[in-house]
Amino acid sequence: MAETLAVRTLDRLGVVLVFAGIAGAGLLPFIYVKANRIASGKPMLLTQLLNQPSAIALTLLLVLTAFAVLFLEDARVRLAISTLCLAALIATMGLVATAFTPEGSTVARMTPGGGFWVLLAVTALVVSDALVKIRLSPWMRIAALALYACLLVLFLRSGLLDSLSIMREYANRGDQFWSEALTHVKLAFGSLAISVLIGLPLGIVCFWVPKLRSALLQGLSLIQTIPSLALFGLLMLPLGYLAAHVPLAAALGVSGIGAAPALIALVLYSLLPVVANTVVGLEGVDPAVRDAASGMGLTRRQILTGIDLPLALPVIVTGIRIVLVQSIGLVTVAALIGGGGFGVFIFQGLGQTAMDLVLLGAVPTVIFAFSSAVILDAVVDSIRGPAA
Amino acid sequence: MSMIDIRNVTKRYGETTVVDDVSMSVEKGTITVIVGTSGSGKSTLIRMINRLVAKSDGEILIDGRNVADVPETELRRNIGYVIQGNGLFPHRTVAQNIATVPQLLGWSKTRIKARVDELLGLFNLDPKAFSLKYPHQLSGGEQQRVGVARALAAEPEVLIMDEPFGALDPVIRGKAQDDLLAIQKQFGTTVILVTHDMDEAFHLANRIAVMRGGKLLQYSMPEKILTEPAHPFVQQLTGTTDRALKRMSLLSLTSSMAPAKVGLDHGLPQSLSLRDALAEMIWQGIDEAAVEDTAKEPVGSISMSQLLELGRKA
Repeated sequence: MAETLAVRTLDRLGVVLVFAGIAGAGLLPFIYVKANRIASGKPMLLTQLLNQPSAIALTLLLVLTAFAVLFLEDARVRLAISTLCLAALIATMGLVATAFTPEGSTVARMTPGGGFWVLLAVTALVVSDALVKIRLSPWMRIAALALYACLLVLFLRSGLLDSLSIMREYANRGDQFWSEALTHVKLAFGSLAISVLIGLPLGIVCFWVPKLRSALLQGLSLIQTIPSLALFGLLMLPLGYLAAHVPLAAALGVSGIGAAPALIALVLYSLLPVVANTVVGLEGVDPAVRDAASGMGLTRRQILTGIDLPLALPVIVTGIRIVLVQSIGLVTVAALIGGGGFGVFIFQGLGQTAMDLVLLGAVPTVIFAFSSAVILDAVVDSIRGPAA
Repeated sequence: MSMIDIRNVTKRYGETTVVDDVSMSVEKGTITVIVGTSGSGKSTLIRMINRLVAKSDGEILIDGRNVADVPETELRRNIGYVIQGNGLFPHRTVAQNIATVPQLLGWSKTRIKARVDELLGLFNLDPKAFSLKYPHQLSGGEQQRVGVARALAAEPEVLIMDEPFGALDPVIRGKAQDDLLAIQKQFGTTVILVTHDMDEAFHLANRIAVMRGGKLLQYSMPEKILTEPAHPFVQQLTGTTDRALKRMSLLSLTSSMAPAKVGLDHGLPQSLSLRDALAEMIWQGIDEAAVEDTAKEPVGSISMSQLLELGRKA
């Protein structure tokens, strides 16, 4: 009978993921039970938690997912099982944390361990692999992202995860969390907007004037090699001087520390991808198309706006995607010079050796960067569509 | 009456002269083919007509107007332009591509649509099926036809074609050449076409210009190019092995046939060239055939010995 079943030929990614999952669950703690937020805590493996009904259910689902990854052909079935498994993983973490928290305690901390993160990463990869295999259209990918985001919000709203350390930290800093989130978004998108406004015309000029191209691109590459921390530091001096000696600059909010140097540094980092991709995109336009356009009497401006830019757009948007994801990460460093953003929690957490607080900064940053990448990838694919 | 007058035109890039003191005059409503190897300056010469290349010396007149006096964009919108690999805009549909110049000229929407449909029909592309397609959804031959339709959209009096059929395979190329002949006849457009393919030149041209190293070596009727080459290079270009056949391909059956005879079993359509008639008679193994019009009525006759006579060096 076994031969007649549609058996999936073992794919390498699946085998690697299953082994990583087994190793993670078997060797790394699923949860740390800590008496307070800076105590080192008692590590618990998933196998030590099997007296909990939720942990038993999770283990069964993990086995089922591993089976699906290795043997099931249909990506839709794998998607359903792995999504269920992902939800169970998060729910179990919340339930186990609640179970281990002493009644009425506000100082005890339940921190997810390495085993949990490995399982989360592996399951998320299985989900995204299944999504890729289904070949969703660009807009359906964004819809899927929204669906998973809704699931996450439901979990957070349900109170199931409230005993978790990261949620305890959030409960203590709810208002600050959202104001830092807003700062983070403002810095990331603000620097992106400014770098596009500057970088796009620069890219066009570079394309028209080849002599300028190599000089400018090399200069921008040089900036990229400066470590972010050093660049933030370097900008403090001139901006501080400017704020002290030019009243207008001070009135505009420029100072040696804070949002101004953060924004300037982010723009400097963002210029290279924007300029380089604009040049590459324009160079990729078939010269015959441009020749035909000018031979038919289109003006230089009409060729730029009607032919060159639309045809280069997918490459330019790819550059914007790189910039956005890069900036979302870099903004965390800006917290060091008072720029704000999720980095504030990361550096506070590092200072207090409170890893849970670090997570409160790191996890939203990762989710923000990942969502932006998915959305912009979908945008690139959809504008590539008609002319592919 | 001459439509395009090229007078002592020269193009220099620094020290090198790409087009060297070329003068030629193109009659209205004719097809002129410029032949030459790559680097002969033929493309540069025609790109000076619509000022895609700025000339160093001399002047070019279209319909008596010096092109230097007409604003660049206005000049180009009134000259059809077709290039090798068609240069269609990949992000615009077939209809949008064809509508490019009419739109620049501010035609009304209904007039543009009517013109697009007319041109698509003319090139045997069903407007319903093709209007909304993108260039990458078309075959090479269809893309090329859309490229020519686009160039003709604003009813230009002059059409410039730079190796327009170079990217097509031989069968489709022959079809495209016949389409061009038919459409040129219908619109009376003055065509100036650049190619390196001598057979293409003989197939299409009313006049052939041969260029080498920026110089115009000979500019005359196709027959003269064969029978009276002005330069050894011209002879080399036309080849010596099949010049009898080439010459016969230029002559029509109707202009060379004898009066009609009775009692001939085989008939040949009068649209054939002498070369095709010869090939047909060799193939059928006959010495004499009737020449028939489209209604299969005999209008003349031709014999093998006459044909051989006609192919002889004049």
